[in-house]
Amino acid sequence: MTSDELLELADKQIAMGELRGSPSDDPVNAPMIRHWLDAMGNRNPLFLDKGLAPPSMAQVWTMSGVKRGKDPSPVDDLLKALDAHGYTGVVATNCEHTYHRYVRVGERLTPGTRFTSLAGPKKTAMGEGYFATWNVTWYDEDSEPVAEMMFRVLKFRPRVRREPYPLKPAVNRDTAFFWEGVRQGELRIQRCSSCGSLRHPPGPVCPSCHSTEQGYVVACGEGTVYSYVVHHHPPVPGKETPFVVAVVELPEGVRIVGNIVDCPVEAVGIGMSLRVTYRPMDDELILPMWAPRET
Amino acid sequence: MEAAIAGIGATEFSKESGRSELRLAAEAVLAALADAGLDPSDVDGMVTFTQDSNQEISVAKEIGAGDLTFFSRVHYGGGAACGTVMHAAMAVATGMADTVVCYRAFNERSGRRFGQPDARLGGEPSSQGLEMSWHVPYGLMTPAAWVAMFAQRYMHTTGATSEDFGRVAVAMRRHASTNPAAWFHQRPITLAEHQESRWIVEPLHLLDCCQESDGAVAVVVTTAERARDLRQAPALITAAAQGAGAGQMMMTSYYRDGMDGLPEISVVGRRLWEMSGLGPSDIQTAILYDHFTPFVLMQLEELGFCGRGEARSYIQDGGIELGGRLPVNPHGGQLGEAYIHGMNGIAEAVRQVRGSSVNQVPGVHNVLVTAGTGVPTSGLILSAA
Ligand SMILES: [Zn+2]
Repeated sequence: MTSDELLELADKQIAMGELRGSPSDDPVNAPMIRHWLDAMGNRNPLFLDKGLAPPSMAQVWTMSGVKRGKDPSPVDDLLKALDAHGYTGVVATNCEHTYHRYVRVGERLTPGTRFTSLAGPKKTAMGEGYFATWNVTWYDEDSEPVAEMMFRVLKFRPRVRREPYPLKPAVNRDTAFFWEGVRQGELRIQRCSSCGSLRHPPGPVCPSCHSTEQGYVVACGEGTVYSYVVHHHPPVPGKETPFVVAVVELPEGVRIVGNIVDCPVEAVGIGMSLRVTYRPMDDELILPMWAPRET
Repeated sequence: MEAAIAGIGATEFSKESGRSELRLAAEAVLAALADAGLDPSDVDGMVTFTQDSNQEISVAKEIGAGDLTFFSRVHYGGGAACGTVMHAAMAVATGMADTVVCYRAFNERSGRRFGQPDARLGGEPSSQGLEMSWHVPYGLMTPAAWVAMFAQRYMHTTGATSEDFGRVAVAMRRHASTNPAAWFHQRPITLAEHQESRWIVEPLHLLDCCQESDGAVAVVVTTAERARDLRQAPALITAAAQGAGAGQMMMTSYYRDGMDGLPEISVVGRRLWEMSGLGPSDIQTAILYDHFTPFVLMQLEELGFCGRGEARSYIQDGGIELGGRLPVNPHGGQLGEAYIHGMNGIAEAVRQVRGSSVNQVPGVHNVLVTAGTGVPTSGLILSAA
């Protein structure tokens, strides 16, 4: 499911409007009020004296037990869909209560839930995620609202911190443009600003005209295998054997070394047509690699 | 050139020396001086590899040498081997020193193994670190893999096969089998065993890769005139050269040409032939650096022993074995004797010139020696006086 599909599902759930649940199993009662006040450290004697429940208890009266089936809610399907798509992390971000009146001992409340919005995907400190918002209204036996709650959670894809890739390239001011290009999905070939010679690997001085003014062109991204090896032994940190490394000849007239991926080892041969592909190796490094070119 | 190798010395070759690298260096240097009939106090110059972990002054201190007036190091891994002798020869020829010792000592098998990936290779923004950074992130970071990339292209353009590479390994192991100093003494292999050995980096099998060794080798260089009065018959340094090609990289020169040759060895070969006035037909036996079998074929072509792409037929039917058209590495090379970064090959060349090798080639006048290839390299022609 794409993010569009998630947003479509959200629209569907919003369109369902409010779904009423079952009335609470027990009426508003003094023992629960006493426990609540005790747990909250609330010493106000008025609630029990007058037979009133603290408004913030609204959710308490209709909470379903652990073992009983829950009432259907427009929220559940959406949270399940988010889980299924890797947004398994959850953190509550907002909870706002609105109270219409005090509830009295002996009353029975009925909840009604409506899904109100899904926003995302958004990049957050926790990882990429969606903000899901819904509203619960509690009604008395005359269907008059007594309290409302807006609730918002961030459902996020927990950020997997990758192991740092052990085979980092050294980068200096002569080669930084290449790695910057890779981050932007460009294969850059050094081009002398003075005489136009292309050169890879790059260097600070043009060997042809000795200019130190160096620019670059962006390669078309195609190439052919000039030579290659299949590495079996010894094990190489950060790589799974066997793997293929090739000298790739570019139509621009330079060669570059890279791994051949998305291709059975036995299928690699000199002259094979390739297309560049960019592979993240860890949270920082992207390497240009080569995949067979579709004909 | 007015210089000669007057003495050679070595430790035993093993997989675990059980001694420090400095001790190995001192033992080999003392053995070389004893072989030459010289005293440690005669030593006034020292040369080693930049990669060697033993400072010249440390070795000098251990052997009880006096003042040094010349010390130098040669870079680029095994490409340094013949270069140490070239530096020493220049020093004695110019009077900078009289007695120069060249040495290489390491516990390459029991200590730091060059064939193991080292993630730090690409980490430093030095010129070499930046060069490595175009390869290391893709896991292209072992000598076998760097060489395999050339080998694949060479096979493509010349039609050479894995069996052709295997013939080099078979020849080296045959030579080692009759050399008591060789690790693979009495352990020859067949071509079938080569083919069945596991892949290291395709197209290289395990038996295309030389062994790893602990040990040390040293040689003593002095003037040709002085060498004539010493204990051993001198091995005259008829020619010596270093070489790097245009667009050279450490071991990954993939960007400059057809990748089916070794331009740096061509540079060295050209210089050796010019300097000596000799040609391939004047060489009775050659010591060709054999860290990986394919580069032995490519060296034969670059040095002019055969034409381009013809090495595979040149080595067929025992062409580089004892009794063949050009016996290569009679000691068994690094595939068979030991991997001492090429220095053990120089010692074998001296023995061949002296006529004292256990696998002596008849009628040796001139021996050509090369150093590590695929990297900036070096070479020698040693001759009988
Ligand atoms: Zn230019």
